[in-house]
Amino acid sequence: MSNDAWETLSNQSVTAAGILYFLALLAHSAQWAALRKLPADETPESGQVATFGRFGLLLTGIACAAHFVALVARGLAADPNRVPWGNMYEFTLSATFMVTFAYLVLYRKYKLSWLSPWVVGLVFVTMMIAVIWLYERVAPLTEALSSPWLVIHVISAILASGVFFLGGLVSILFLVKARSEAREQMQERELVTAGGGAPLGPAPRTGILARIPSTDALDRLSYRLHAFAFPVWTFAVLISGPIWAHYAWSRYWGWDAKEVWAFITWVVYAAYLHARATAGWKGRNAAILALVGLATLLFNFIGINYFFGGSSQHSYAEAPAAVVQVDAGIGVGAAPLG
Amino acid sequence: MAASELGFLELLRWAWRQLTSMRTALVLLLLLALAAIPGSVIPQSNTDAFAVQRWQDEHPKLTPIYEKLELFSVFDSVWFSAIYLLLVVSLVGCILPRTRVYWRAFRAKPPAAPRNLARLPHHATYETTESADELLATAERVLRKRRYRVVVDAEAGTVSAEKGHLREAGNLLFHLAILVVLGGFATGSLWGYQGGVVVAQGSGFSNTITQYDDFVPGSLLQASDLEPFHFEFDKFDIEWLESGPRQGMAQKFAAHLRYTEKPGAEEKKYALRVNHPLSIGGTDLFLIGHGYAPHITVRDANGDIAASGPAVFLPEDQASFRSFGVVKASAAKPEPIGLEGLLFPTFLMIDGTPMSIFGDDRNPFISMQAYVGDLGWSKGSQSVYVLDKSGMKLLEKPDGGLFRVDLCAAKINGTPNTSCKNSTVKLPDGAGSVTFDDITPWVRIQISRTPGKGIALGGVVLALIGLLGSLFIRPRRVWVRVRRRDDAETLVEVGGLERSNGGDATDEIDEIVTQLKGRGTEDS
Ligand code: HEM
Repeated sequence: MSNDAWETLSNQSVTAAGILYFLALLAHSAQWAALRKLPADETPESGQVATFGRFGLLLTGIACAAHFVALVARGLAADPNRVPWGNMYEFTLSATFMVTFAYLVLYRKYKLSWLSPWVVGLVFVTMMIAVIWLYERVAPLTEALSSPWLVIHVISAILASGVFFLGGLVSILFLVKARSEAREQMQERELVTAGGGAPLGPAPRTGILARIPSTDALDRLSYRLHAFAFPVWTFAVLISGPIWAHYAWSRYWGWDAKEVWAFITWVVYAAYLHARATAGWKGRNAAILALVGLATLLFNFIGINYFFGGSSQHSYAEAPAAVVQVDAGIGVGAAPLG
Repeated sequence: MAASELGFLELLRWAWRQLTSMRTALVLLLLLALAAIPGSVIPQSNTDAFAVQRWQDEHPKLTPIYEKLELFSVFDSVWFSAIYLLLVVSLVGCILPRTRVYWRAFRAKPPAAPRNLARLPHHATYETTESADELLATAERVLRKRRYRVVVDAEAGTVSAEKGHLREAGNLLFHLAILVVLGGFATGSLWGYQGGVVVAQGSGFSNTITQYDDFVPGSLLQASDLEPFHFEFDKFDIEWLESGPRQGMAQKFAAHLRYTEKPGAEEKKYALRVNHPLSIGGTDLFLIGHGYAPHITVRDANGDIAASGPAVFLPEDQASFRSFGVVKASAAKPEPIGLEGLLFPTFLMIDGTPMSIFGDDRNPFISMQAYVGDLGWSKGSQSVYVLDKSGMKLLEKPDGGLFRVDLCAAKINGTPNTSCKNSTVKLPDGAGSVTFDDITPWVRIQISRTPGKGIALGGVVLALIGLLGSLFIRPRRVWVRVRRRDDAETLVEVGGLERSNGGDATDEIDEIVTQLKGRGTEDS
């Protein structure tokens, strides 16, 4: 196949994956609409509702496969062939793939059916953003980017980002759920004091929130996702990144804008892990810290490229101007080999 | 007196406890993250001195304030250092006592069973006809197989087991390794150096401070620490993309060097490429930039050569490599001559505007203005990239019109350029002439020595190993108690305690019970 044919295949696969994610979102929405009227502890194993759920999962699986094809084709479209992580479009495509993939892998173990509509919706929206605003044609990598360390560095960064993303999603649900639990407790208390008579027993709870696991379970899941992603992130930004930077830019750590924010992200997530072990910071505060971490992660990815533009050596946009300082103390731009 | 002294001591102790608390560590971590932000927003002098200069020119009012606050060198600033030093102190104060505790706990036996196992968060009971002794032996075997450290108390009819000690070891290793990383990083900034030099094809470089264009030494660096290597830059390879979305981008740069590690040593060859530095001893050479050097010969009024050879021009624009540069002919008689202007590697006149349409040197052309007068050498050190025109006079055509040195190159990288008709021009007023002889590439080489990078890398790897242990090893305690009952059955109680956050020992207890019931033979 020619490079153009691979590129077309990649674009078509992205479209296919987008449509499939959308259909999966519809299926899960239908499932949830039907589930809303049922008590939360009752999940039909057969019938319409279950069919919708299974159908949604199946569609997500196929979408994930198409998504994968899109990535591989993207890499094969380049001359020479390469990993599909040369620009923001490709990076977003890869990170969203990682989110879906992690979700599918963990689906059974952690019984994630309650997470389905959120994940699928998020992946769909992010992918559309990538297609509309970030799309770029396939191009060869700049010289500084062609290194085996790119593969190692970026795959770990993408893996960690994807899992942090899922962890952030769970933390949001934790906060929502925590509020609803608090409200429920208050209502129960009011009921008891107002009724004065025999307790009625807990009313069967219905609705979307009731189906989300308890705050304890969410907190634990969120911790596990973060605990998985943190070492991977450590490897990406503090080991493979510096090694590559050493080879490409002659310094292993230079406090470049992207490096600063990767460091900030790392420190915030370290603070999250501390928070979970500190009395008084558990639960709500820890969840908020996890979201701050996610915000820094996203800012590092999107913000640095847009707001800092060429001033970061990691900018995907235009190669940065290396500085030639001359003895008069004036810097003059020299052509970089990036 | 004594009372206030006591008060002071107590205050100190209180402050120390506060400083080494987990909560303080948390706050300091967040503070560190916050403090790093200005370093990404404001240009930093050790990453991009040029950007700092530009920023300062644009913000003359804010500059002194920012300078006071050390905002142009956040990561070396007093306040940033204060935060991380506090963090380090807090870390040491937190970790050392924990190491002591850990050391003691490591040698201690698993604690005796609590009185009531049913109170533990994870527990199970069942009845069996097996004898108590048999059960205790089975429990010991099962738990040992599951890698527990086991103590059997036959008298009390209990088994105490514990595992996952290494979690705390991992945690300690992680935190101590952070100190190692900081040590490695500090070593690099104290005894290392980083410098850059532009070398034209056909010339060389010896590693002494005076030969550098810019040089940033570590605060404890001695000039004698520089390795005495020398290299000659023979040839530059480059490949330009002529089609596709990145048309005009260059690839596969390679600077062919011949080098000696020290005077008199054997000469070796190396093709210096991006991502493939050359290591000489502890020093690394990196290829980080390239450009063009037109060879321009300036003759003075007498026809004598006043300047010749390659002049390094600096690219102004990445896509076209249009470059700016100057030529200084100080030996020219009667007056020194200076040239200043642009180089177009692939020249094309579009609507009366001279342009470079490609980065490769397909049709090199210079367009410069000529000056005569004092080059300003007397004012001391002066840049080779800038012409100080304050003491010079612009040469004009006899009719007062604009005079330009517009020339194509007689040769391109040594090969005659047949399409070039006039590569020489006479200067007005009989001041002399200028010839564009040839054009060759130059490269910018970054030379750096970063001692301690191995230490830093080792430190992070240790930290990662410790972190994995600290996050994924599950410290657990399990107790089994057997009791004979009147009806000749034996009651077995199993209780477990999860000692890490985020864990759940229920599955563990279930499995242990299953194995106990299967008499520990299941997985053997
Ligand atoms: C350079 C600053 C620090 C960083 C980057 C850092 C990072 C971390 C990380 C990532 C963890 C998670 C590992 C786990 O959950 O077991 C952790 C745990 C821990 N850290 Fe730190 N830490 C720092 C400073 C400190 C300081 C100053 C203290 C003491 C006041 C401290 C005490 C602890 C403790 C006790 C744990 C274990 C929590 C648990 O049992 O789960 N750390 N740290």
